[in-house]
Amino acid sequence: MTMKGEYLDMSVAIDDLDKSNQEFYSHCGTGTLHLQFCPSCALMRYPTTTACPWCASPGYDWRPVSGKGTIYSYCEVHHAIQPVFRQFLPYMILLVELDEQAGEPGQHDGLRVTGNLTTADCTMASPDVVAGVGIGSRVRVVFKDLGGGLALPQWTLDEDAEQPAQPWRYASD
Amino acid sequence: MTTDIEATAPKYLRGKYAIVGVGETGFTRGSGMTTRALGTTAVRNAIQDAGLTPADIDGMLSYNGNDSVPSTSIAGDLGIRLNFYMDCQGGGSSTEALIGIAIGVIEAGLCKTVAIFRSMNGYSEIRIGGTGRSTGRSSLSGDALFGRAFGQASAAQNFAHTFMRHMYDYGTTPEQVAHVKVIHSEHASNNPKAYYKNRVTVDDVINSRIICKPLHLLDCCVETDNGNCIIVTSMDRAKDCRHTPAQILGVVGRCSKPRVDNHYQAGPISTVAGVYAKEILWPNAGVGPEDIQVTGSYDAFTFTTMLQLEDYGFCKKGEGGDYVSSGITRLGNARPNNTSGGHLCEGYTHGIAMVIENVRQLRHDVDDSCPTGADGKRMHTYDYSAGGCRQVKDVELSANLGWATPATGSALVMARGA
Repeated sequence: MTMKGEYLDMSVAIDDLDKSNQEFYSHCGTGTLHLQFCPSCALMRYPTTTACPWCASPGYDWRPVSGKGTIYSYCEVHHAIQPVFRQFLPYMILLVELDEQAGEPGQHDGLRVTGNLTTADCTMASPDVVAGVGIGSRVRVVFKDLGGGLALPQWTLDEDAEQPAQPWRYASD
Repeated sequence: MTTDIEATAPKYLRGKYAIVGVGETGFTRGSGMTTRALGTTAVRNAIQDAGLTPADIDGMLSYNGNDSVPSTSIAGDLGIRLNFYMDCQGGGSSTEALIGIAIGVIEAGLCKTVAIFRSMNGYSEIRIGGTGRSTGRSSLSGDALFGRAFGQASAAQNFAHTFMRHMYDYGTTPEQVAHVKVIHSEHASNNPKAYYKNRVTVDDVINSRIICKPLHLLDCCVETDNGNCIIVTSMDRAKDCRHTPAQILGVVGRCSKPRVDNHYQAGPISTVAGVYAKEILWPNAGVGPEDIQVTGSYDAFTFTTMLQLEDYGFCKKGEGGDYVSSGITRLGNARPNNTSGGHLCEGYTHGIAMVIENVRQLRHDVDDSCPTGADGKRMHTYDYSAGGCRQVKDVELSANLGWATPATGSALVMARGA
């Protein structure tokens, strides 16, 4: 059965043929980030795929991860393309490198997860928070409830982590 | 800089094919016509430019993003009976890839002469990133769950992680990258058909509003409506055509990085597909970057030009900022880039107009404002001040570096044919 949810003004509809995404977002709905894990080569992957990108094996299990990571790169949006995002300007699109599997299988590879910078309760971060975050900042996952048992993984500054004295910010900041 | 270049023993079909005709509609924001009419005009103009008739064209290729018209419509409108046609999905990097396919199908005997077109109302109908007249909102599913759900929809938003990380990894500055726009704007001022002909400064770029960091408005290309066409055939048949052929020495089509489904998972993300493509391009073409006299490095954004010039080996890895701010890519200097003004100034075409520009450069007949001589060709002054000449003097070799995403690129080396 198609799993349905809502986020902002967007409807979410994950078809039952898309089993791995139903599972991914259902896991998020239970409040833990799980990634596909390949039993053949013992590597996790993101986003969901229909076979292992590292060994082509079709089988997978789900493994929980800590949901902690470091901002690897970011985009700070000042001109929204989707009208519903205008209310949040400026908002940050993060590329978060998870603590798990960093530098694997290749030296420059990692599990790099996309999301926004939000508060702990999943509202978009305010401009003053955005201004203090950059490459190297430590973040943790939070889950925005979409309804229907689904949730969207987002990222907030990790209050318990040691933060860099000065995260790397775009030149003019 | 590049290994394994063997210039004496021809590899693959080096030098056997050529671009013999080019045509376009010009660039507007509001063409007032369908993509079918734009495409028909461009193809017809290219056929005339080549000195051919519609009956000489028996192959057709095109690319689109569900925003255009198929080959069958254009062929029908021009009374062309085709022996081969195909329309594919894609934007930037498609032109060079389709040139490779055209060579392949001619070589395999499927047809003899191929018209490749791209037609788009890229401003007035369907804009990149899903805005504009003819787009609807669809549910979040599949890949959109990992992108559009986060307000990551446009090309700028999708590529920004690569651009930002290049600044982090190598200390590249906004001012350095702004030179790409500055120089292309100078070139556009000498291109009567460019949409934006005004010259801008580094300060103009840096002081323009931020779209999404690290991109200012003037770091982004200009969306336009246009149709463009090139015609590919064998060097043997090129002898019967009107102009000096642009001889194809080597081509790379949609060469990709690992994890092309979500390329941020693999490798250094401040490196783009050119790092793989150059290992095909230069050995097959039999020349290296140091031999090239004019480049067409795709400028969807200022950064895309820089990243590709760097990863194709025009400078050392990480030194792209120095390279593009050195002035070397300016008309009159060693290796001008996008002499038309490119996508940043002339108009956005998904790459095909940058190939057209280099074809005209190699003919030594680029369409600037220089006076036309008795032979119908322009008498170039090589005065590159605003409104003047944009012909590269005595150019013999060009390179086009097409960009789809950081993870996919195509390339083309052409020589001035005999």
